[in-house]
Amino acid sequence: MLHAIFEPGFFSSGPVHVALAAGGVVALVSGIVGSFTVIRGQSYAGHALADISVTGGSASFLVGISPLWGFVGVGVLAAGVMDTIGIQRPRGRDLATGIVRGAGLGLAALFLYWDTTHSNVTGATITILFGSLFTISSSILPAIVALSVAAVAIVAVLYRPLLLSTVAADLAAARGVSVRLVGLLSLTAIALAVSLSAMTIGTILSTALLIGPAAIGLRLSSRPGLAMAWSALAGLAATWLGVLLAYDSFYWPPARHGWPVSFFVVTLIFVAYVAVQGFTTRVRRA
Amino acid sequence: MAGPGDLLDVDRVSLRLSGRKILDDVTFSLGPGEFAGLIGSNGAGKTTLLRVILGLQAPSAGTVRVAGQPRTRRGSLIGYVPQKILLDPDMPLRARDLVGLGLDGQRLGIPLPSARRRRLVDEMLDAVGADRFGDTRVGLLSGGEQQRVLIAHALISRPRLLLLDEPLANLDIASEQDVVELLGRVAREQQIAVLISAHDMNPLLPFMDRIVYMAAGRAASGTTAEVVRPEVLSALYGQHVDVIRVHDRILVVAGRGAELAGAEGLAVPSATPVIHEDA
Amino acid sequence: MFTGFMTNAWLVGTIVAIVAGVVGFFIVLRGQAFVADAVPQGAFAGAAGASLIGVNTLIGLAAAALLGALGIGWLGRRGRRDVATALALVVLLGLGALFLSFSTEYAPEIYALLFGEVLGVSTSEVLPIVVLAVVSVAAIAALYRPLLLSSVMPELAEARGVRPARVETMFLIVVALATSMTLPVVGALLIFSLMIGPPAAARSVTSKPLAALVLSAVIAVVVVWASIAAAYDTNWPVGFFVGTFGAACYAAGRSWAALHGRRSAHPGRWHGAGDHGAGEHGVPAANVRV
Repeated sequence: MLHAIFEPGFFSSGPVHVALAAGGVVALVSGIVGSFTVIRGQSYAGHALADISVTGGSASFLVGISPLWGFVGVGVLAAGVMDTIGIQRPRGRDLATGIVRGAGLGLAALFLYWDTTHSNVTGATITILFGSLFTISSSILPAIVALSVAAVAIVAVLYRPLLLSTVAADLAAARGVSVRLVGLLSLTAIALAVSLSAMTIGTILSTALLIGPAAIGLRLSSRPGLAMAWSALAGLAATWLGVLLAYDSFYWPPARHGWPVSFFVVTLIFVAYVAVQGFTTRVRRA
Repeated sequence: MAGPGDLLDVDRVSLRLSGRKILDDVTFSLGPGEFAGLIGSNGAGKTTLLRVILGLQAPSAGTVRVAGQPRTRRGSLIGYVPQKILLDPDMPLRARDLVGLGLDGQRLGIPLPSARRRRLVDEMLDAVGADRFGDTRVGLLSGGEQQRVLIAHALISRPRLLLLDEPLANLDIASEQDVVELLGRVAREQQIAVLISAHDMNPLLPFMDRIVYMAAGRAASGTTAEVVRPEVLSALYGQHVDVIRVHDRILVVAGRGAELAGAEGLAVPSATPVIHEDA
Repeated sequence: MFTGFMTNAWLVGTIVAIVAGVVGFFIVLRGQAFVADAVPQGAFAGAAGASLIGVNTLIGLAAAALLGALGIGWLGRRGRRDVATALALVVLLGLGALFLSFSTEYAPEIYALLFGEVLGVSTSEVLPIVVLAVVSVAAIAALYRPLLLSSVMPELAEARGVRPARVETMFLIVVALATSMTLPVVGALLIFSLMIGPPAAARSVTSKPLAALVLSAVIAVVVVWASIAAAYDTNWPVGFFVGTFGAACYAAGRSWAALHGRRSAHPGRWHGAGDHGAGEHGVPAANVRV
């Protein structure tokens, strides 16, 4: 019976271990950081940052540095730019995000073009866009873990002022919180989280891990800590289950080389979200 | 006249922004236990004045002292109740969490659960009558409930001065009376100074010790009897103004018969330049 | 550069720009930049799926775009709009990833779909594109007044018998159509630069709605012409130029507004219903949408 769920070799496969580890870490971070992202209405910014880190990723092939630093470096830089041009102000916020993303992706297009014509890196486009969870080298794991810890640490340290400035900015400012700085740092944490997930699970699809589990967590609990915990758990479950299904699907039709992990993870998250939406309501419990 | 025991001392505060005079030589002071109304229509400068007192905006001239301390060191001395907060029903913050943030929301890190903290929060929720909905998300609270929670948040750190920005704006009459009564009680019992901004002074009349009446950036302060008089208000508005008392209500009316104030609030007369508060 | 296979590119490019400018005007007004971004990406999945089954790419595009746009509308009514948009988008992309994994050699085609290919428009595709364009612009013209009213003042619109939810659905359909047609030339990832840069610039220059609408189409056309010319000259992807010129338009618009003394650098004296203020330090208020 167990064999039906876990195809043989699952638990002993090296790439699977790395996938579970990297995917798991990334899912936890995205779930935690994502809670604040959704609440602050910055889902688009999170998505944009993931895409912009593509620019970094594609530039890294050109320059010859490890893709990890390309993704993370450019992601964090973009967060700074977004904050500077006023992403945090409600008016025109989405507009500015879209423009920055458009410019960033335009650059990515250019870099990828140079990549493919000048440096013979085939398939770079696919790799960058859809991720490579099963082909990550385990040597990169320590760096991923370290950066993830950094992102979570930022959120943990900013916890109280961030909550307060999200609910009532004037109130926070009156108490001496530097709302602007807190906003910039939280955007940086988002950038860290999404560039990591963009690299492992795919740029376009890292948005799912950032937004979906967080939205689920917000529905399931009215306490900040608990909501983040649910969010992290949901993301982790979706990712590990996705890895399992992807492994199991190796011999499935039509191409018989496995269905993509990203497809499974995204579908699982989506189904969970709709289910939670259906079974809970925003009724107040007075 | 300002005295040494004053909790709030605003001295000749002026503010110029983009060439416009938003606040013009505003002077008044409040002592412990005093309940004051900051009355004026939209555009008179009330919110700006509150922001100056809070330290969110630097004045072009004049000083503000809270319990003798100058602007930069005032942090925990002032409790502030903003007009509105994020009304997102998804926000994972219960009423009691928000009140808890009143104790230490500006400190870094995650609060460790402690019995003392929980007890303080429970007491405060009880004191403002919010214990019934202590576990409800802040985004799902009604206007009146939200006000109470915000007041609890402001009071839990034991401030000396409490500022409220248009707390009555979105409340029904019953909630209005409840909130004003609560605030009056708090001012007396805790001997703190309470300053409430509003565009209609009538709900505050039963409890108001003094009034700070603003029009076009200028202010007149004193007791209601001293300030709400045709001579004083006419000088403030820069045009002829009448004061009409009907039963317990006060109406401020422009001299030519066009109603300036009533149940719904004051309209800035067209002769006075309109100045936007959120400059 | 004006002969032979380039004729298609110029023709289609101009049409695409006009539609993008017109539809984009309302996208910017309604604060729905994310939707403008999400629908094309989702449409990309449809294109991938379509080519697998051997169906015309354009039809696959349109089908997926419609699915995405309507999905955003449906999910958005149940939960937060931005979450709905993000999730609808990623589901479609996940499907795209799945379809792509079923096929074999695909890299250059994906690149073209994502980033645009000047030479990618075949003559057989011109007619459907023209048809879609006419339909989209006609739909916007028909919806103009209810759309304008419900974008700027939804409560007032409702009082006048306009149903914002219905208008929203129809607008989303138009966005889907406009998107699926603009994709082949400019690419999925950069469509929205065309749909938000020029309208944002137009808004900064004039506050009259009709003038801004026309101006945004004009600016979009200029951007596309410049991009096609530059792409032809350098062989670099069209999408790069659209993204860059779009950003330049936006920046120009903001500088213009700032120079002309508008207190806030953000354009327009009328605000879309998507703009909510929340105090000086700018933490966003609830993303409440109709």
